[in-house]
Amino acid sequence: MIRISDVHHQIDGQPILRGIELDIPQGGVTALIGPNGAGKSTLLSLVARLAPIQRGRITVAGHEVGRVRDRDLARVLAIMPQAQHVATRLRVEELVGFGRYPWHRGRPGPADRAMVEAALERFDLRALRSRFLDEISGGQRQRALVAMAYAQDTPVLLLDEPLNNLDIAAARGLMALLRDMAERDGKTILIVLHDINVATAYADRLVVMREGRIAAEGPPGEVVTEALLREVFGTEAGIARIEGRPFVIV
Amino acid sequence: MARRLAILGAVLALAAAGYMLIGARGNWGFVLPFRAAKLAALLLVGAGLAVATVMFQTITANRILTPSLMGYDALYVLVLTALVHGLGASGYAALPPALLFALNLAAMSALGLLLFALLARLARGDLVRLVLTGIVLGLLIRAGTTFLQRMIDPSAFQMVQGISYARFTQVEPSLLGLAALAILPALALAWTLRHRLDVISLGRDAAAGLGEPPARLERAALALICVLVAAATALVGPLASGSLGPTSFFGLIAAAFAHAITPHARHAVLMPCAALTGALILVGGQTLMERVLALATPLTVVIEFVGGVTFLILLLKRRSA
Repeated sequence: MIRISDVHHQIDGQPILRGIELDIPQGGVTALIGPNGAGKSTLLSLVARLAPIQRGRITVAGHEVGRVRDRDLARVLAIMPQAQHVATRLRVEELVGFGRYPWHRGRPGPADRAMVEAALERFDLRALRSRFLDEISGGQRQRALVAMAYAQDTPVLLLDEPLNNLDIAAARGLMALLRDMAERDGKTILIVLHDINVATAYADRLVVMREGRIAAEGPPGEVVTEALLREVFGTEAGIARIEGRPFVIV
Repeated sequence: MARRLAILGAVLALAAAGYMLIGARGNWGFVLPFRAAKLAALLLVGAGLAVATVMFQTITANRILTPSLMGYDALYVLVLTALVHGLGASGYAALPPALLFALNLAAMSALGLLLFALLARLARGDLVRLVLTGIVLGLLIRAGTTFLQRMIDPSAFQMVQGISYARFTQVEPSLLGLAALAILPALALAWTLRHRLDVISLGRDAAAGLGEPPARLERAALALICVLVAAATALVGPLASGSLGPTSFFGLIAAAFAHAITPHARHAVLMPCAALTGALILVGGQTLMERVLALATPLTVVIEFVGGVTFLILLLKRRSA
């Protein structure tokens, strides 16, 4: 579904990504993990064309990211950027409605309104629909943003550290929703996470990055080892197994 | 929401009727067309500057920024001073008003685009840097203007001073059509951007993710902002209380009141609301100043005072948010 070939990227002359090769299959949750500065968010922004691709090639659902029309890319890929700040005062339902923009370009029809209703229902936002974003909690706001991405109705969803500033219950609730979207709707979800235990608990695949390169990739049970933690994160940690999934104990 | 817009429109119509009719005596065949020309100028300038400010605030994601604050009004005085300096007072006075208007419009639009492109390059998306760079560039333009004014003779300097203020009481009727030809199409084009402006208000990355790359929209919006402000300023002069005085807060007041009147962030509501509010401030204010207070003080001074207070309130609200 997402193919990344020989992608290099520099910012102010500093190499951030060094020859990334990665194939992300259709369906399921893939978590990008790694220490700060590993290049996770940069890679995500290149896949979503938030930054120009300097070298290499990325395709999403058969569309070459560097060449596809903006509107067409937005119909196959939705992104929830890091620390999204909405400058205007919006109600929850208005925000979710923006997810339909790539389809209606400002003139919503019955199908668009139905999709917004479905998103509000799916993400349990009906009671909050008329509330302004600055009147709801951080967890509810993140849920509304995911509902907006859901309303965009794309096969691929990218999320950059969506759990920042969320308490444990809100983080768990959000990850369960994403897991559900992957299982019930067959969405391909690529998510940048900091918490390795959240990644191992909810992702089907892990992609571990270090210094702009892929250090390891595969199912969490195979990828997360004490040697990898030592090599990539520079820390000694034990690993327990809970229901077959690794759990890192520092 | 339509009700609020209708009420605003009705109040504007009342203010316009007041401006046309209060104290109208003598030859109505002269009075009405004379006042109608000034009223048309007030409506064009009010709507144009207010919509330009709303667009500017949306693309900069900042509710206290205005084109004036970024030094755009100062360009007008620089262009005028340069013309007077180059042609001399008599040469300048001999220029046909239409040519002067066209020169001002072209120079301000071109310089404005250059100014904003330079700002965008220097600031590279950093808002604080954008504001500071804009203010510094505004100071630079004003300093350049002062330098030129020092080099012209006193009579020419007096002329520059006279034309460096907004003049709603002396509108050249022949320029109205030209200004309308620039402002009305620009307003119509701004209206076509309303949905895209809604999307960019979500943030640059979110807009790009929704298939609306911000850079393209920003270029289109900035071009329209330059034309709107340039045409309004070329018609009546800068809405500042002096060439070296504080920058005009008119756009800030109009946009802030529009946001207060409508809880909707949608530009399909916000832009007409701002246009009506901007026109109402100028028409209502000028009616009061001209007809009730007998021109005891210029409207621009009151706008600066109210604008300053509004600016402080917006700043304090941001701090407490």
